[in-house]
Amino acid sequence: MTDQYTTTALRDSRPQDGTAEPEIKVCVRGLLKQFPAKDRMVTALDSLDLDIPRGQFFMIVGPSGCGKTTLLRILAHLEQPTAGTVEVLRSTEGRPENSMVFQGDSIFPWMTVWDNASYGLRMRGAPAAEIKETVGHYLDKTGLTAFADCYPHQLSGGMRQRVSIARAFANDPDVLLMDEPFSALDEQNKTLLQSELLRIWDETRKTVIFITHSVDEAVTLGDRIMIMTSRPGRAKAFVDVPFERPRDVLELRHRPEYGEIVYDIWQHLRDEVNNAQVTAPQSQQRRWFRR
Amino acid sequence: MATAPLIETRGIARPSGAPVRPSRWRTARNRDRLLAAATPVALLVVWELLARTGLIDARFFPAPSSIFDQMVTLMKSGELWTHMWASLQRLFLGFWLGLVPGLVLGVLMGLSRPFRAAVSPLVSGTYPIPKSALLPLILLIFGLGEMSKVVMVAIGVFYPVVLNTAAGVMQIQPIYYDVAKNFGAKRMKVFRTVALPGAMPSIMTGVELGAGLGLILIAIAEMVGAQSGLGFMIWNAWQLYSVQTMYVGLLVIAVIGYVMSLLLGWVARIVTPWRTDR
Repeated sequence: MTDQYTTTALRDSRPQDGTAEPEIKVCVRGLLKQFPAKDRMVTALDSLDLDIPRGQFFMIVGPSGCGKTTLLRILAHLEQPTAGTVEVLRSTEGRPENSMVFQGDSIFPWMTVWDNASYGLRMRGAPAAEIKETVGHYLDKTGLTAFADCYPHQLSGGMRQRVSIARAFANDPDVLLMDEPFSALDEQNKTLLQSELLRIWDETRKTVIFITHSVDEAVTLGDRIMIMTSRPGRAKAFVDVPFERPRDVLELRHRPEYGEIVYDIWQHLRDEVNNAQVTAPQSQQRRWFRR
Repeated sequence: MATAPLIETRGIARPSGAPVRPSRWRTARNRDRLLAAATPVALLVVWELLARTGLIDARFFPAPSSIFDQMVTLMKSGELWTHMWASLQRLFLGFWLGLVPGLVLGVLMGLSRPFRAAVSPLVSGTYPIPKSALLPLILLIFGLGEMSKVVMVAIGVFYPVVLNTAAGVMQIQPIYYDVAKNFGAKRMKVFRTVALPGAMPSIMTGVELGAGLGLILIAIAEMVGAQSGLGFMIWNAWQLYSVQTMYVGLLVIAVIGYVMSLLLGWVARIVTPWRTDR
């Protein structure tokens, strides 16, 4: 194992004027991740390089089993890379580096909506007044204020994922990580939550790294899309999405460019999806706590 | 072959405009309650009649009324209260003596793989031993005083608690630990916000099972090595051939068990407020 995480010294991260190159918020170099399988090493990620500017909504699309979740878990410090570096430019002190919106149900069933949403702030001992204000704000933004005292089992799947989003935003991290947060939702709920997410994100324009298997979702939400190869996961192509902000999730689909970009991404993806069918996918569930 | 009607009308025709109001008393739930109360009462009445008419041997199955008389006598003399109090005290102390180590050990077993590997053979190896078979040994070690009885209860409580706690901690989805780590929870906070609440439903199941086992063991322990308690009262009644007193003892133990389960159910609702199946 080589060096893993370097966090650059705190720098001034005030918005730059339009002419200057935007700062790089997340910088990944030569990332390699291998898992031991039965009798050999499986390479999940190989020589991956990324430069994500501050404030970018960065999408990662790839066939299942391409290591996109592994990449996000490395960025979230839930896995260690086998080799390579991850650098995150930090803004103010005391702010968490990243917060993740997990795939599927990840809010604690034993906590109320309020306790779930305030989890990050409570864990790092934020002052009560700040918790009250921030959590109140994001519950309001996600339409959960009336459900603050409810337990997750009383909520629908869409509502539960809103809690997960509120929890990540309320933690006020430098970088937001999202691992297919809407994949379990039906089409209508998905569209609704996508537009809510964009609305909330517009307030702060944090750097977002968002994984999806849906090409439509990638084009709808993202500024820039990375298409990954099937195992081992490498960057196959980058596609820029030219749509302006703020966006209207529905209107967007009407545009002729929308179809072109979607088609373009599918061209890149086609071979990878076929490849992924041939090589057996292998899910890696890791437990950090029990070893 | 007859042709089937195309439209089949079902249900009861409702007089137009009449609102359908559910009857307040004739609900399925109230009917269940009535039936639940009726069967024991009916049984007691039949028993009373059979005993009075001599159709069953009143020496072994004394009439419920005579058992009730005996209960009143034992209450008035204070004997029943003394024995009940002695048993309750032992139950209470033994409960905590078994619960606390069971919880601590169970959580450690659930969280730490090496700890589990080291301890679980001991726990699961001794678990199948009938706890009542330990009584002579416990009497030998702790003497005829209070401690041996308290320890018997503690052993009964300990096993279900430790096993259910460990299982409860282990079945927590790993994603919740990921969330805790990603949101910066330190080890103690992970324990308090994930491991403990996540295992709580299972812990409460263990506590309820343990309390039941404790009640069984206290009765057995008091029959052999005590001069007080409900177990002693029942055993003593056998020696004095006071069959009614035996039944009184059984009744009181049953009531204690019932109240205990109500109490624990209430506690479970408080410590796991997110559960719907309680």
